[in-house]
Amino acid sequence: MAEQATLPEYMLQNARTMADQPAMRVKELGIWKTYTWSEYADQVRAFSLGLASLGFGREDKLGIIGSNIPSLYWAQVAAQCMGGMPVPVYQDSIAKELAFVLHHSEAKIIVAQDQEQVDKIISIKDQLPNLKWLIYCWPRGMNDYDEDYLKSFDEVQAAGRDFDSANSGYFDAEIGKGRADDVALMCYTSGTTGDPKGVMLSHENLLSCGRIFAANEDVRADDDYLSYLPMAWVGDTVYGLVISLLVGATNNCPEGPSTVMRDLRELGPTGIIAPPAVWEGMLSSLQLRGADATPLKRKIFAYFNDVAKRIEDLKFDGKPVPGGLALAGKIGEFMVFGPVRDQLGLRRTRWAYTGGAPMGPDTFRFFRGFGVNLKQVYGMTEVAGLVSLQPDDQASPDTVGLPCPGIEVRIAENSEVQIKGPGVFAGYFRQEEKTAEAMADGGWFRTGDAGLLDEHGHLVIIDRAKDVGALGDGTPYAPQFIELKLKFSPFINEVVSFGDGHPFISAMVAIDFETVGKWAESKALPYTNYMDLSQKPEVLALIAEEVRKVNQGLPAVSQIKRFLLLSKDLDADDNEITRTRKLRRNFIAEKYGPVIEAFYGDKKEVELSLAVTFEDGSEAHVDAHMTILDAA
Amino acid sequence: MNETAGSGGGIKLTIDGVSKNFGGVRAVVDVGAEVKEGEIFAIIGPNGAGKTTMLNMISGFYHPDEGSINFEGTNITETNPSEIAALGIARTFQNIALFRGLSVLDNLMLGRNVLMKTGLLSAFMYWGPAQREEVEHRERCEEIIDFLKLNDLRKTPAGALAYGLQKRVELGRALAAEPRLLLLDEPMAGMNQEEKEDMVRYVLDVNQEWGTTIALIEHDMGVVMDISDHVMVMDMGEKISQGTPDEVRADPKVIEAYLGTTDHKEVA
Repeated sequence: MAEQATLPEYMLQNARTMADQPAMRVKELGIWKTYTWSEYADQVRAFSLGLASLGFGREDKLGIIGSNIPSLYWAQVAAQCMGGMPVPVYQDSIAKELAFVLHHSEAKIIVAQDQEQVDKIISIKDQLPNLKWLIYCWPRGMNDYDEDYLKSFDEVQAAGRDFDSANSGYFDAEIGKGRADDVALMCYTSGTTGDPKGVMLSHENLLSCGRIFAANEDVRADDDYLSYLPMAWVGDTVYGLVISLLVGATNNCPEGPSTVMRDLRELGPTGIIAPPAVWEGMLSSLQLRGADATPLKRKIFAYFNDVAKRIEDLKFDGKPVPGGLALAGKIGEFMVFGPVRDQLGLRRTRWAYTGGAPMGPDTFRFFRGFGVNLKQVYGMTEVAGLVSLQPDDQASPDTVGLPCPGIEVRIAENSEVQIKGPGVFAGYFRQEEKTAEAMADGGWFRTGDAGLLDEHGHLVIIDRAKDVGALGDGTPYAPQFIELKLKFSPFINEVVSFGDGHPFISAMVAIDFETVGKWAESKALPYTNYMDLSQKPEVLALIAEEVRKVNQGLPAVSQIKRFLLLSKDLDADDNEITRTRKLRRNFIAEKYGPVIEAFYGDKKEVELSLAVTFEDGSEAHVDAHMTILDAA
Repeated sequence: MNETAGSGGGIKLTIDGVSKNFGGVRAVVDVGAEVKEGEIFAIIGPNGAGKTTMLNMISGFYHPDEGSINFEGTNITETNPSEIAALGIARTFQNIALFRGLSVLDNLMLGRNVLMKTGLLSAFMYWGPAQREEVEHRERCEEIIDFLKLNDLRKTPAGALAYGLQKRVELGRALAAEPRLLLLDEPMAGMNQEEKEDMVRYVLDVNQEWGTTIALIEHDMGVVMDISDHVMVMDMGEKISQGTPDEVRADPKVIEAYLGTTDHKEVA
């Protein structure tokens, strides 16, 4: 197929060359409904001309808020057809964050999925002077609204069809004006410091990364992908929308956020990308279900789990697998591995990626052992989501893979990873000084990650460059390194460690409410809520043991000396972590100042009044009393 | 469902001077009321006021000793429950009445029993019209599943669900019969605040989106006053007040009998 310069041109090409092939699927009323490429193009055409009839034109911004539904993807492409920029935002954002992004991006029109999102936008309407129209996709509950700037998706499409008959040729002419270096997408990075920044990505940025990825994984027109990750995350656009347009693969939308795992199983996508949390969730749901199985089944599972692990370890070390073990592996494939993959919806999966955060080696090896081709990808919004990928035979939890062909990686003097390639962004919207800060001379993007290239050329990420510090005696200290080791425990959800400039390392641990809750139930330990559970002496002992295990594998200077269990989990609504679950260290250090004082002031316990924010933005204060433990 | 709504000239249900005695207990005494097309009508009152007896008489579980009940112009005073269901009145129960072992979807499909037309034999063969009918029923049930956001639970056994969700499935089962009058017996009873808010949302949505007339009994005064168009207050089997929520709230008799001395116990 001919190479095109913009995403809308690929859409037109697909509508010509594979008109009757599936472009998009969505599960509605319990049935998978298919849209062909020609239907896809019709939907986009109607909506984009509808936008035009509302005065939307070149370089205008279209805010998009909602979960993964076809209408919102069509809206994205429709904005691009008219030379505008879609600005997808996180649908679980609280009103304040939403107001910042939608105001800063100067969104002229916003497309919202349903009443819930419409209500949020209406509540911040007076902070959005640029907003002219608010379009909703789902009419349910929308009868009683009399805001004159509201329109339904269908109304806009109808207006678009009228506009089309009055201005034939307008649509193709507008697409024809599109250039490869036009901004095609504006993604706001959640940002661990300060306000979100609007990353402007051109058609060329998105398409070049899409091409590299599609070539690497041999993505084909009959491939299926399930779009279930937030639309505001750049990966959803690159690995879903862009790849689908590029090669004609089918983009599938789940029935709803709560049915993703079920839909995954029904669909059996050929490729999947998920953050570690999702893989870990799959694994623990498997373990939970396993706990309810008959003893015989549990024994069989445990046996073959062990077989899989041993084979994977040997393969990883490059050693031959003995005949007996290989045979056990074959039987395991038939009895356990295949069925498990089928249960998880990974039966047809050729490629599976984890990215965004490091993954525990146990989880990683579990999936590989069970025959899932799980690999690591490294990328960030500013480089259109792609830097490096692991080849099938070099997958490892320790590296993030080889830099992709055409993408250059260098390690700067402060061990910062810097990137140059076709995916490097056009700049932050209306923040030239931030753009200048992010770029080194010669077009190198400064990732802010500290890393190194190992002897095989694989990129290894150690931590955020600015977070790498030193203990009081000068011992280098990378907080993430130690936090990850602890987070691999199923009982631990989040860890924040301290040490920079302090005599030793200490850590605040947030327990995993579900697994610790289950554990407490199995021990007949009564508890009421997170706060109560987290301060039970038995739970303290449980986590102390996890800390001890981690400490065992560390040199004495790098061990955790003191820790406590947080009485509430870290929450994006409280600003403690970003929507993509990255720690906001400065904010946490400030908020939990008394805890740090207590750690290094040799106190046994700490009292703290914690602010808790609800999704509607209201706040409450909760008094927390936490016990500090000395690690063994 | 708007188009299927009856032509009762604005009045859906007329209750005329009904009384019901159980032995020597006078459960309901000479109560009359009208439920208008498309409204939410609430019956409130303290324990033992005769609310559930009223609902049971409308749905045909009891027959009044005196007086009459008319639904869309049909006298249903002596009609039995299955015929009343077939006429277009569906109800939920205060104590959940679901098939615990059946999936959510199957419970809803059973709710459509009154609408199924094909005979036992053709249904058994699952052929021709029976198959077409089954598909239609399934479509309607899927709409209800979507409406009540039960998508991830359609294959889950009803008995395995949390209480609040079971209540929602109950509502779904009643809706599956495509009623023109929906009777809800304490839909919010025993729920936590979040579940209550959800349920209120769904009740309002059913009323507004589908135009279904709703008569409900409820303990929770706050909820009733917020969502009802008309309220009837009962005490000791007698109607003591009726009107809009504001009128009822201002009625001295209500304040005395209901909100007065028993205020805290009942409102809580």
